[in-house]
Amino acid sequence: MEWMAWTWPTAIFFVVIASLLITFTILAIKFPETPRVGILQIETTRGDRLFITLLGSAFINLAWLGLTDITQWAALGLCLIYAVAVFRWV
Amino acid sequence: MNKTVNHKAWFLVLPVLILVAFSAVIPLMTVVNYSVQDTFGNNQFFWAGLEWFEELLNSDRMWGALGRQLAFSAIILAIQIPLGVFIALNMPKGGFWASFCLVVMSLPLLIPWNVVGTIWQIFGRVDIGLLGHTLDWMGVSYNYTQNPVAAWITVIVMDVWHWTSLVALLAYAGLQSIPQAYYQAAKIDQASRFSVFWYIELPKMSGVLMIAILLRFMDSFMIYTEPFVVTGGGPGSTTTFLSIDLVKMALGQFDLGQAAAYSLMYFLVILLISWVFYTVMTNLDKRDGV
Repeated sequence: MEWMAWTWPTAIFFVVIASLLITFTILAIKFPETPRVGILQIETTRGDRLFITLLGSAFINLAWLGLTDITQWAALGLCLIYAVAVFRWV
Repeated sequence: MNKTVNHKAWFLVLPVLILVAFSAVIPLMTVVNYSVQDTFGNNQFFWAGLEWFEELLNSDRMWGALGRQLAFSAIILAIQIPLGVFIALNMPKGGFWASFCLVVMSLPLLIPWNVVGTIWQIFGRVDIGLLGHTLDWMGVSYNYTQNPVAAWITVIVMDVWHWTSLVALLAYAGLQSIPQAYYQAAKIDQASRFSVFWYIELPKMSGVLMIAILLRFMDSFMIYTEPFVVTGGGPGSTTTFLSIDLVKMALGQFDLGQAAAYSLMYFLVILLISWVFYTVMTNLDKRDGV
């Protein structure tokens, strides 16, 4: 794998995403759910909410990177709050 | 009848999964991997962290290309959607002329993008092109290689020429699926032509128009070939859209790391817009279904 120049941080990033996907797949099989309508007025399942969380987190991180000089870990904290909010209300 | 539960069938999906992983997922992962590194060729990579993202977010280059790209997509949508609907409304409803119109309308869609670019590149030239020469003869100053306004007009007219047919064909299909009873009811009510359009045709076409808008938006947002052949992104960088800029960065300057960061942000914007469109479309369907 040397020739593809993989690095540990990217590996960790993808392991986190992959394990999230696997966890949510197992959850969906073990505990089937009915979609619900949240504040966005759209029907969402857990998978949809995960997608909204991940996509939103990407934009939060980019905005943080472009607008502030504060450490990026703070953006990650903000993403966690955002994730909780999405799973609670969307 | 009870279906047999047999999860072994999932193994049949495995070849597709491997193929997609090999051709799409892993290359995308490679882009993420490159975006946090720098290379000077020779397959030697150096850790750069989030530097590329930060640099791009604070430079005018990407924002400029994004702004031009959004302006381009907005302009062509604003022209092509109403024009396509207008053409569809005025097309014959049946018989020989309907088929004739459909064939003629489909022709531009069959031409390869590179060829469309070349056609317009020559068509607009002042020395040998019909359009350029005629405009010059009429005393209109038109030179798409030097004048940004002329370049924009050329690129937009070219896209309208190439893709309005798609909108018209989709709208036509939508119109054809409206049952005659609606028109008869409108006639009994003595509805005006505009009311028929506004209360019957437009709502009945809305689903198919959403698809047309989505298709045209995505295609125009990723446009590369046609403007590249005609203007090469110029004059200056006035018609450099996101894809053109990205190729310049990745293949022209060979800034793999920066280009990877650029393409990831490009991808995120497309992902966001597609998701919004998709959500709106499926929710409209559900509302219609109830």
